Amino acid sequence: MSGSRILAFGGYQPDRVVTNDDLARTVDTDDGWIRARVGIESRRVAAPEETVADMAEAAGAKALAASGLPPASIDLVVVATCTPDVPIPNVAAQVAHRLGVVAPAAYDLNAACAGFCYALAAASDSVRAGSARHALVIGAEKMTAWLDWSDRSTCIIFADGAGAAVVGPARDGEPSGIGPVVWGSAGDQAERITITGDTHAIRQDGQAVFRWATTALHPVALEACTRAGITPADVSAFVPHQANLRIIEAIARKLGIPRERMADDIVHAGNTSSASIPLALSRMAEQGRLQPGTPALLLGFGAGLSYAAQVITLP
Amino acid sequence: MTDQEILAGLAEIIDEIAGVPADEVTPDKNFVEDLDIDSLSMVEIAVAAQDKFGVEIPDEQLKDLKTVQDVVNFVSKNS
Repeated sequence: MSGSRILAFGGYQPDRVVTNDDLARTVDTDDGWIRARVGIESRRVAAPEETVADMAEAAGAKALAASGLPPASIDLVVVATCTPDVPIPNVAAQVAHRLGVVAPAAYDLNAACAGFCYALAAASDSVRAGSARHALVIGAEKMTAWLDWSDRSTCIIFADGAGAAVVGPARDGEPSGIGPVVWGSAGDQAERITITGDTHAIRQDGQAVFRWATTALHPVALEACTRAGITPADVSAFVPHQANLRIIEAIARKLGIPRERMADDIVHAGNTSSASIPLALSRMAEQGRLQPGTPALLLGFGAGLSYAAQVITLP
Repeated sequence: MTDQEILAGLAEIIDEIAGVPADEVTPDKNFVEDLDIDSLSMVEIAVAAQDKFGVEIPDEQLKDLKTVQDVVNFVSKNS
């Protein structure tokens, strides 16, 4: 089977910055407590009229521009989101239309915070199987539309944003730049992170999720490395879902990956669910912190509970 | 395993996870008040204790373990 690769990344964040001090004015919390527990200093919040589709479009446009491809060359658009503006129409088809992508296969995918890695795997497999030539993969979330602003255990964590990647075929004679995905779910723990119909607000059992994330996920990441033929020591960047700095530092420690190679975008972006991994990658690319041609380890995890990891070759 | 061995093992874990020097981890110390260890670090300590001692400390038990001696007793009783 032919290979696939990532050509470019793009990211978008809303303009409004909400600091920990801002939150401390409305809920019983403080800057020191938030930094110590989750590692966030500030986050971005979308404007009331700003939609998931708007943010997805902005990130997708940047990724497309960075790839150098014309919109017409995209024939698959996958949007990972758990916070679509409405159940139908889906986000993907609207975004494709706005970007000038004509008549692509377009669908949304919900694997919550693991969504981007799921969507990347689906797009990569489509390219490799020949059912798509070039895919635009986007993670976009308006988590703040589903927050109880009086719940200090959640409103300090979640935020809004979008990130995107353009996926295409590997260059002739080169190995695949998107490694085998290691993915799965733990539906027995489905109730750990929920948005239910009665509250319309995200609730999570933080301590149980913390325990799961710091025990069940490093073997998944390790397996993704093994299946890509590398070890964690070989990765130039570890980009886990930006869930909570304490969680991802613990996972990096267990993998033996130095702290300076780990993405810590959460500090100023908050937890943007499926958007966090491509958002972190796009920022690192902009800052020149990604080394083209080297392997990076991605690890998505969250509600479901669901998880997915793969090694990519950085564009 | 003797209580002394459990205490020594626990002190090593706490040093590694929370950066509290092992000699400060004495039986009477309260995790939150004396050692400045929060609930998330307690989860990490419980997980590490499971790896080291083979005793699972579920979240619902964890909240009742306030002092170093409480953990030593729990591990001793369940190992």
